[in-house]
Amino acid sequence: MKFTLSWLKQHLETTATLDQIVEALTRIGLEVEGVENPGEKLAAFKIAKVLSAERHPQADKLQILSVDAGNGPLQVVCGAPNARAGLVGVFGAPGAYVPGLDVTLKLASIRGVESNGMMCSTRELELGEDHDGIIELPADAPIGTAYPDYAGLTDPVIDVAITPNRQDCMGVRGIARDLAAAGLGTLTPLTFDAFTSEGAGPDVRTDDTTGCPAFFAQTVTGVTNGDSPEWMRRSLLAIGQKPISALVDITNYLMIDLGRPLHVYDRAKLSGGLVARKANDGEQVVALNGKTYTLDATMTVIADDAAVHDIGGIMGGEHSGVSADTTDVLIECAYFDPDHIARTGQKLTLTSDARSRFERGVDPAFLEDGLAIATALVLHICGGTASDVTRSGEPPLEPRVIHYDPRLSADLGGLHVAPERQARTLLSLGFTIGAITSADAFSDALFSTIEGKWPVTIPTWRRDVDGPADLVEEVVRIEGIDTIPSMPLPRMPGVAKPTATPEQKLERRARRAAAARGLDEAVTWSFLSDAEAAPFGGGAWTLANPISEDLKVMRPSLLPGLLAATGRNLKRGQQSVRLFEIGRRYLADAERATLGVVLAGDRRPRGWRDGKAASFDAYDAKAEALALLAASGAPVDNLQVMGEAGDAWHPGQSGTLRLGPKTVLASFGMLHPSVLKAFDLDGAVAAVEVYLDAIPPKRATGFARPAYTPPALQAVRRDFAFLVPAALATDTLVRAVKGADKVAIVSARVFDVFTGAGVGGGHKSVAVEIVLQPTAKSFTDEEIKAIADKVVAAAAKQGATLRV
Amino acid sequence: MTQDLNQMREHMLTAIAAASGLDALDACRVEALGKQGTITALLKTLGKMTPEERLVQGPQIQGLREAVANGIAERKATLERAALDARLASETLDMTLPADAMPAGTIHPVSQVMDELAEIFADLGFAVATGPEIETDWHNFTALNIPETHPARAMHDTFYLQQGIDAKAAGTADEKTTFSLLRTHTSPVQIRTMLSQKPPIRIIAPGRTYRSDSDATHTPMFHQVEGLVIDKGITLGHLKWTLETFVKAFFERDDIVLRLRPSYFPFTEPSVEIDVGYTLVKGKRVVGGAEPDGWLEILGSGMVHRKVIEACGLDPDEWQGFAFGCGIDRLAMLKYGMDDLRPFFDGDIRWLKHYGFSSLDVPTLSGGVGA
Repeated sequence: MKFTLSWLKQHLETTATLDQIVEALTRIGLEVEGVENPGEKLAAFKIAKVLSAERHPQADKLQILSVDAGNGPLQVVCGAPNARAGLVGVFGAPGAYVPGLDVTLKLASIRGVESNGMMCSTRELELGEDHDGIIELPADAPIGTAYPDYAGLTDPVIDVAITPNRQDCMGVRGIARDLAAAGLGTLTPLTFDAFTSEGAGPDVRTDDTTGCPAFFAQTVTGVTNGDSPEWMRRSLLAIGQKPISALVDITNYLMIDLGRPLHVYDRAKLSGGLVARKANDGEQVVALNGKTYTLDATMTVIADDAAVHDIGGIMGGEHSGVSADTTDVLIECAYFDPDHIARTGQKLTLTSDARSRFERGVDPAFLEDGLAIATALVLHICGGTASDVTRSGEPPLEPRVIHYDPRLSADLGGLHVAPERQARTLLSLGFTIGAITSADAFSDALFSTIEGKWPVTIPTWRRDVDGPADLVEEVVRIEGIDTIPSMPLPRMPGVAKPTATPEQKLERRARRAAAARGLDEAVTWSFLSDAEAAPFGGGAWTLANPISEDLKVMRPSLLPGLLAATGRNLKRGQQSVRLFEIGRRYLADAERATLGVVLAGDRRPRGWRDGKAASFDAYDAKAEALALLAASGAPVDNLQVMGEAGDAWHPGQSGTLRLGPKTVLASFGMLHPSVLKAFDLDGAVAAVEVYLDAIPPKRATGFARPAYTPPALQAVRRDFAFLVPAALATDTLVRAVKGADKVAIVSARVFDVFTGAGVGGGHKSVAVEIVLQPTAKSFTDEEIKAIADKVVAAAAKQGATLRV
Repeated sequence: MTQDLNQMREHMLTAIAAASGLDALDACRVEALGKQGTITALLKTLGKMTPEERLVQGPQIQGLREAVANGIAERKATLERAALDARLASETLDMTLPADAMPAGTIHPVSQVMDELAEIFADLGFAVATGPEIETDWHNFTALNIPETHPARAMHDTFYLQQGIDAKAAGTADEKTTFSLLRTHTSPVQIRTMLSQKPPIRIIAPGRTYRSDSDATHTPMFHQVEGLVIDKGITLGHLKWTLETFVKAFFERDDIVLRLRPSYFPFTEPSVEIDVGYTLVKGKRVVGGAEPDGWLEILGSGMVHRKVIEACGLDPDEWQGFAFGCGIDRLAMLKYGMDDLRPFFDGDIRWLKHYGFSSLDVPTLSGGVGA
């Protein structure tokens, strides 16, 4: 919401400086977003008189002027057709910056003739579009005066952010009222020229009293719709509104001035009376923005016998808008229901200044005066004769009363404010308290009659206020919310407890473990393209209004986002990418905590020790998966490696880590080349996805560890080499070996896998080391041999034969 | 005889000193002390001597033996040391060659700041709460006193889900249970917390949030932290103290000034916008300074609206409290000096290495939450 300082002062009688006003606005909740002084950049331009004008000897279209800008004649070369002796215009001397041309003037020679500056057009000074000639000022304009001072361009423009609750401050007068309450001056009485009306009011009525509870209107006949007066044009221009015609400017001006949207119809274009009614399904209207809107039966419109002329309270129709030829107008001042306006606006996705005011709730008590002020302005500016007012329906004017306990300012707002002070603040904002109906009516005697909770009546323009807490806000914001004293939050009783849940602790451990293992944490978008989601099962959730097709479905996996980031890194020349992310994947049934890892490029760079660079393989992925699961508290010793990681993975170089056959804790391995191709990645890429939410929570067992009982006797190691079918999973063999004697064998570990010379086709040699732990006494040779026999027998069941 | 022995000693010690290697030294030893050795032979003569002769000759011969044995041992040690020195010299490596480096990973600033927040607020008794990012209309809006026609809804730039729209079209939508949008703020976690636990409540809720907005300072996904206190007798004064304490702890400075401004959020009343004072240091805005050069908006807050408390089934005459919301990405930028939000979500390793944190930088109150 923009307005000029002088506009504000039409409603606020004040001696406050601009700085004081700006500071106060922000302090009371009307945040100033900017203050601009449009004249500042034109300060160097002066009013000057053309003393003489002669033709340039070298150019037909140029003249050599002698110009007086207050310091005697200066020679200026000028190309404007209207430049002539006696003209008073605007002159820029060398050094002046011309905003419309984006140049700083300097002494120049134009076709051999020296020029000491420039006479300017409105476009060159960014004051208008006119570039047919230089600015012509009245002959009595004071020569040598700075042009912005003369033209009144020194009026600062204040831009205030109005929060959605404060419809009343979407008009300059509302802002003035708030400032007056804050002690910055006095609100001036609202006045307008009295006028007489003749003849019956127009034929208008409301048939839709829920959507349009009240419809007031008045006609003015015999108007001239020319330009609006200079003061109005200047006010509108200053705040960035383009003046259009007197009638349109009047409605725009009153909307900004008083926050009152109005609509003016060209009577000649209406057939019959106007009715506020529900639209018919499918009914269409071309609005003032030139677009056609299709309406439905929930929407309120203003229509005549033939057509819809207004999307009620949102935007007028093009057909019946006023033009230069308009002579008779109908001025509408209606009250539209805020919820109806909001719904209609949302459905049509149509925003307008009128909608934003009606949907926040305009003052329902300001129809009569609003219409009178508009009519008076039309009569004053455009002439004509006013009719009587037609009033159809009733605006909602039931008084709303809050019972307010002034102690609440301390109990909720944390600020002690004397009751009398609170009362004065509320009164100056337009609230009434019992019998005290205005700030001027306040007296100690009257105040002392109010006992207990105060019956506070809400002003009609404050639809946002509906409870005692709102009154606390009014008191506290005018008092200065910044003056509330800090009050320590009492400590919670008892010993401090951990405040993170087990899931949160698990995530933190996994994150720090991943970073400790050399992985860089990325945060990638939760949404991705359909194509990126497809290999990972597709997105279960689709955005109806995505920003782009690339950010459209909620990710079913963390890997696509990491793959895209990997691609960007490799393209930037990164040799090695180790990325991880902890976040959610969005499945149809739930959002699931997940850790994703992508390993690409060099696992180890080429170097003087190991020669060529090494790339990542599936076992690197497995190592990460197990390490991260271990850090997350998963029982890694009990996990089984199984297949079926999914279509996104290399079918022969991937797997899942499961706790029992059904609970998948992680997928790992190399990604499928077709997936990599889709992400434009060359070379092999290893990846891991750890399903953090599937990790069983640790059972609370207290802090004490089991007793420490190291074995008294030395462990014994024995090696076995088995010949097994190539397709046998090594893990199967190792488990069989370990299970051969569950008491004596404490571990079994593969230390060599070999195919080739000496190993028959279709077979591989697997070497396993077992560790035997004696308990009471050392093993005898016979005992060790017996265990070895059991190991060989167990291996044989898996098709393994001992190599000899 | 004595003269002979002296000559022999001279001769032998010279030979020992001249031995150039362990083999030559051993030859000296055999020659002198071996079974057939000169000194061994001399020792054998002792038995045939008279006691008087023995008394004279004995110590001399023993002395010779000792001197030669010591000479050999000394020479052996010298030769062995020289051999070791020679071997080590031959093993010299170029110690300027690079050693293998363990890759160092990093923690993302957003995660780091979330951990910092959890630590600071744990000290004030706030637990960490979470909620879904795919939310219902009711939790994200209605329960927060933002009815369908509220202008604030339009200002939220909400991402809607096709599934919710389909459910509405099919007439199966339920405002409370149909997941229909991406949460536009972390405030629905307030609702879920009040519905699921009894007051007194003190929580913070960090997490991802979404708005259909994308420019230099906005990304369609960003992070917020919500705070909620519900108790008896809580006022704006407690809110102010809590936020002052938080901001001072977060930036680890005592000279931080907050400015409270009246504002508007449908779910709080009164509502307060919080600015933090900054000072200009070499042209950059740095949070803190007793006399600020200007203000940065960092937080929205206020006293929880009665309607919100009611919507969660609590009695607003019994329970009241405050709530606040704050951008985590922005907090990170203000503390750690990033200028641009967009690289947060790009995964550029160079950026992550530059702005990321070591796994060992675990925020603690004793060690300082910042790193």
